[in-house]
Amino acid sequence: MAVWCPDWPVIAAGGSADQPGAVLQAGRIFACSAAARLDGVRRGQRRRDAQSRCPELTIYADDPSRDARMFEPVAESVEALVPGIEIVRAGLIVVAARGAARYYKGELPLLAKVSTTVADETGYDVQLGLADGSFTATQAAYVAQIVPPGSSAEFLAPQPIRALDRPDLADLLNRLGVHTLGDFAVLPRADVLARFGPDAAYAHDLAHGFEARPPSARKAPPDLAVEMTLDPPVDRVDTATFVAKALAEQLHERLAARGLACIRISIEARTESGEQLARSWRHGGISTAGFSASAIADRTRWQLDGWLSGTIRSHDGRPTGGMVFLRLLPDEVVPDAGRQLSLWGSDFAGVGAVGDSEQIERALARVQGMLGPDAVVTAVVGGGRELTEQVRLVPWGEPREVLPGDSCPWPGRLPSPSPATVLAAPRAALVTDADGSVVEVDGRLAVSAPPGFLRIESRPPVEIVGWAGPWPLEVRWWDHATARRRARFQFTTADGAGWLVSFEAGNWLVEACYD
Amino acid sequence: MSRTGWESLTTRSQGLELVAAFEHMFDTRGMLHAAALSPDLLEQVGVTTLTRADDVGSAVLPVPEALGSLFPEGGLRRGSTITVNGSSSLVVALLAQTSKRPGWCAEVGSPLIGSAAAAEAGVVLERFVRVAEPGEQWASVVASLLEAFDLVVVHPPRRASQGDMRRLTTRARERSAVLLVAGAWEGAMVNLSVTAQQWHGLGAGHGYLQSREVEVQALGRGAAARPRTANVWLPGVGGVVSSAHESAA
Repeated sequence: MAVWCPDWPVIAAGGSADQPGAVLQAGRIFACSAAARLDGVRRGQRRRDAQSRCPELTIYADDPSRDARMFEPVAESVEALVPGIEIVRAGLIVVAARGAARYYKGELPLLAKVSTTVADETGYDVQLGLADGSFTATQAAYVAQIVPPGSSAEFLAPQPIRALDRPDLADLLNRLGVHTLGDFAVLPRADVLARFGPDAAYAHDLAHGFEARPPSARKAPPDLAVEMTLDPPVDRVDTATFVAKALAEQLHERLAARGLACIRISIEARTESGEQLARSWRHGGISTAGFSASAIADRTRWQLDGWLSGTIRSHDGRPTGGMVFLRLLPDEVVPDAGRQLSLWGSDFAGVGAVGDSEQIERALARVQGMLGPDAVVTAVVGGGRELTEQVRLVPWGEPREVLPGDSCPWPGRLPSPSPATVLAAPRAALVTDADGSVVEVDGRLAVSAPPGFLRIESRPPVEIVGWAGPWPLEVRWWDHATARRRARFQFTTADGAGWLVSFEAGNWLVEACYD
Repeated sequence: MSRTGWESLTTRSQGLELVAAFEHMFDTRGMLHAAALSPDLLEQVGVTTLTRADDVGSAVLPVPEALGSLFPEGGLRRGSTITVNGSSSLVVALLAQTSKRPGWCAEVGSPLIGSAAAAEAGVVLERFVRVAEPGEQWASVVASLLEAFDLVVVHPPRRASQGDMRRLTTRARERSAVLLVAGAWEGAMVNLSVTAQQWHGLGAGHGYLQSREVEVQALGRGAAARPRTANVWLPGVGGVVSSAHESAA
């Protein structure tokens, strides 16, 4: 069964069927109300054309999240009658109705029940269609019809080819003289596959009336979030663990009931003193399956642990009071395709499970459990002139984003090879000339004497056998707090080692070692 | 095992369907574990044992050719523990090929190897996972990582106990992973150290560091007992690790 709210984007935006209104997407009409359609407004028209046909047209901005949010009550009231709904998009639900039809003693009573209930509970009009598959049912809903079992192909045959919702293919087929789904269905499937590819072959199956919908990721409407008010406030990790577990299970159940798995989750909390804390967790990049309930619980626990104990260096800082409110929000969901362990999995003891991506994920989850999520990182080498600036450490599970500056040239950057040991904190050093007096660099980058000896902290001085520099590096001069002005040198010492040393405000610092 | 080897096995089999099933399995996984099959089935196709040890190709992780001569097997044998003293770029050079294979590498402890240097050596950074500050739990962290990773680089803390070292060496052997230690370690198979190095490209006030010649010495136990040395460009001009024959040993 398909439940369709006609012109949903307009309705969700606050319009109604008898007022001319339209939703605009990228300068073109994306959806319009029935009244606007009567005046000649069509999907895909330019705003100017639409307004010239219907001057009183109300234009709304496109907002898919609003559409999804407003649609949730409709989905809920349908779900209450027929469990197991699938939201194809905001405005369209498909659901297996065989059992429900038996329960309500027939298809017509079921349809009547659904449309009156939705209208009573939410005030929105819906149009219903009933057929064997969800595609056929959707087409049936557009014309409000019941297609008897086994006659999908017959029902679909006179439908225009654009019903497939594949504009390129429809355009091509129209030019080839194939105008209806019936015309398309009589073509041999093998030829369609060979000529137009797998997607067209899938469309061909649809035209026949049988189908299996391919999966797609989509944003979850905010209504899927679970939240909990904590009274008394939670300020201990063990209590937080309990809360996290309960909430995660609730969220997972809620997702599972809709056949969804979550691939990105936001954890939000509020403290007694009103601080808002939020952090998103993305499912590790290797697997396409979503979080399990325990994985959600783990991440929530880690996050709360991090916030509460302050052992993890969090950008948000440590909250000053206990937490009073907690919310889990699935940011992105995918249809849950289940998780299939490989048949010849490398779980056999002794054979070695090395390199298996699930094992990798599990091992890293364990380490993150021990040390906190931010302790496990991978590096991204990006833009920047300083060594530490070039490398961004991304916590495992977060996306390794590429910033716009990464591929730009950075004049003033050190030439390759890069030093293999970059000191986390530069070490104090002393560079002296052959006579033992300290070498200095003045504002005009003049070196007082050729560097002769390098002394790092309290180690004995070593002779400098080769040197190059000074290479000036002046960064962020526009900002007093972070501005730095340095002269960099490369040294080789008598023991064969290579060093990156800088002179800043009268002090020598060792930044890195080429070892 | 190679495809031709497999085909010769199938000629001995009786049921064609069985062959088809194996072929399919071969296509999807690329590797056959003897343990996955019942003994009866194995007897039927004439396979008695087929274990990882037979599979020489994956029993040794590849290293650059110039460094291969340091190891009896020509590379890092899975399950072994190797120490590297005094050179992070040598560590990077040893793990680059494994990382490209594509394998998974991890690093525990600080200071972390320079990521830019690692990337220049050919390490795939998204499969090189780092834990800079494992704190007191360093041994458990390394043990967990050895479960799944091909190669784990460890910077052992000063207070590392002999018991921890022994346990981790055993764990690496059990899990067929390579433990690469940047520092001192008890019971390592091979100990590598840089005995001499010379940078090129820097003059008195001009130029920049370009290439380096190093002499690497390998001392070890068992098959690796004979001391070996290699003279390599680490890195050579253009960042390539290559053999430096002309220099005196």
